[in-house]
Amino acid sequence: MTQIERAPVTPDVDEGAQAPTLSIRNLTVEIPTRRGLLRPVDDISLDIAPGEILGLVGESGAGKSMTGSAVIGLIERPGRIAGGKITLGATELTSLSEAEMRKVRGKRIGMIFQDPMASLNPLKRIGDTLIETIQIHLGLSREEARTRALSLLNDVGIPAAESRMDGYPHEFSGGMRQRVVIALALAGEPELIIADEPTTALDVSVQAQIMAELKRLCRERGVAILLITHDMGVIAETANRIAVLYAGRLCEVGRVRETFEEPWHPYTRGLMQSTPSTIAGDEQLQQIPGAMPGLTAIPSGCAFHPRCSEHLNACATQRPDLTRVRQSGGTSDDAATHSVACWLHTPEQSES
Amino acid sequence: MTNPSETATVAPTPETKFAEDIVSVTQLTKVFDVSKPWLNRVLEGAPQQHLTAVNEVSFGVPARGVYALVGESGSGKSTIGKMLVGLLPPTSGTVTVAPGVRMQMIFQSPFASMNPRWRVGDIIAEPGRVTHPDRDHAKRINELLEMVGLSAADSEKYPHEFSGGQRQRIAVARALSPEPSFIVCDEPTSALDVSVQAQVLNLMRDLQRDLGLAYLFISHDLSVVRYMADRVGVLYLGRLIEDAAKDDLFDNPKHPYTQMLLEAAPRTDTFGRDVPPPIGEIPNSITPPSGCAFHPRCPLATERCRTEPPEMRHLGRRLVACHEAT
Repeated sequence: MTQIERAPVTPDVDEGAQAPTLSIRNLTVEIPTRRGLLRPVDDISLDIAPGEILGLVGESGAGKSMTGSAVIGLIERPGRIAGGKITLGATELTSLSEAEMRKVRGKRIGMIFQDPMASLNPLKRIGDTLIETIQIHLGLSREEARTRALSLLNDVGIPAAESRMDGYPHEFSGGMRQRVVIALALAGEPELIIADEPTTALDVSVQAQIMAELKRLCRERGVAILLITHDMGVIAETANRIAVLYAGRLCEVGRVRETFEEPWHPYTRGLMQSTPSTIAGDEQLQQIPGAMPGLTAIPSGCAFHPRCSEHLNACATQRPDLTRVRQSGGTSDDAATHSVACWLHTPEQSES
Repeated sequence: MTNPSETATVAPTPETKFAEDIVSVTQLTKVFDVSKPWLNRVLEGAPQQHLTAVNEVSFGVPARGVYALVGESGSGKSTIGKMLVGLLPPTSGTVTVAPGVRMQMIFQSPFASMNPRWRVGDIIAEPGRVTHPDRDHAKRINELLEMVGLSAADSEKYPHEFSGGQRQRIAVARALSPEPSFIVCDEPTSALDVSVQAQVLNLMRDLQRDLGLAYLFISHDLSVVRYMADRVGVLYLGRLIEDAAKDDLFDNPKHPYTQMLLEAAPRTDTFGRDVPPPIGEIPNSITPPSGCAFHPRCPLATERCRTEPPEMRHLGRRLVACHEAT
């Protein structure tokens, strides 16, 4: 039956690696509206291994943040998870009740958002915010929690942590606030951190500091990070693997270096070529014609086909599945790690 | 205009540097009064506080050239742009505009910079109605819309019917309407997605070349600056610290801050690069560090840097404000 053949190939992590921390299978999010059923996330499958940073990249409206919200169970009504499974370790999140989910959120999944003030209470000293969070998640005494809060602040690179515990969020700079939020995300000793545009509001030098901090914490603590961003540079510098979203669908998943050096999907290639670079020469930027379709008007077949210069007949009518491809010049191991949803690269399927 | 300084090292004099410049800026300074209200000052004894947003900045924008100002938040880049077009009066210093130059500005937000109740055609025609009252406005609107990649039919629509990228095209058309020779572009693509940003940047670059425009291009994004600029000025805490031709600056930055910025900018060709991140953060501009404002974060800082603010000096073909740069 087609179900087995159609099951999207999930980009496994390296052979011999542990079971993934987060596993998303065929996730679909739907929002019923007066103008019809919108599908901001459409049949997405992803894995993130412990200690791995997966960069989820896409332009506004691609469904990046919605994917993150689905994982932490914070999709606002009337939106809902219409299909698929999200598994964290051995727990299937999609089947948890709201009360059970609340125990996972913050404890097993930490969150970092673009605006640090979205996570910090402006009326609370940051020390109190941290201590309270630690007490709730780890059940420690106030004294123990305080010691822990201090070491967390030290860990994320806040100088003079002892004296800054009594400070209010407004007394911190944007970069320092984001460090506090990282400490907060780490407070429950999570397995997974969802970082949604964590450096978009920051200056480039502070961005470099925060990304270095995230990378270090990920390496030292073995936390898996879902890094959601629109910035290709941040992904290239930080992530181990990249997943490219377009109109709610994955179009390419692979290791960062291979994907940047040799993108398979025309949209990924377009994104790379339209990104200006500090090392580039004077050549004209390649541009992708048109704009991302709205959710009410997603084209048939491959959602990218109206903007694609290489589209085939099949592209307009049949939706391509994410399929493993072999990276030329790569070893057989690499073949398992690179997938693309494009008829140009799935010859055996386009015949059917 | 105030006399630059007693020090003899002030390099650029208007005569030598701005000979062919369409717009030049000399010792431009903007001080904001950020004191608490009068009653607080009386009751709490709070002192008057001043924020020097722009501090003795001098540069020139060449005719038909693109001069980019790059810097992080609080560096004063937008304040300079506003003073250039006369939206803010400078505290001291001068902006000199060559005779016959007409200026326009393109703003960052394609949402806030347009009246939502006006039709696109009216938005675009407005500046031209002032400068060219006798022209055939309908015809000109159509020309402008086509020039920026929209269609004549769009003139009847309202701004909300367009995407961010299309609105920025409308902003470009509006800026071109009075036939300016100089446009201040303040972060024109920062609000746009990357594929749309490429479209708008290409459009702006083509128009600049085809129409012989000069731009002051203000951005925090080094990669965008590299793409657009001919010459780049780097700002730190309101001071211009390096002023160089684009390739000189990007290939061989001299000021330690420029080096730090370029090092920190994410790159798409170095994977898992593990460079030590920059030290420290931008200091408070109300109480900037003594001497060179960058010295607390600078690997080259000496005793002299702590006390004596460096003046702009020539270093090869460029200008750099650093005691130690070689």
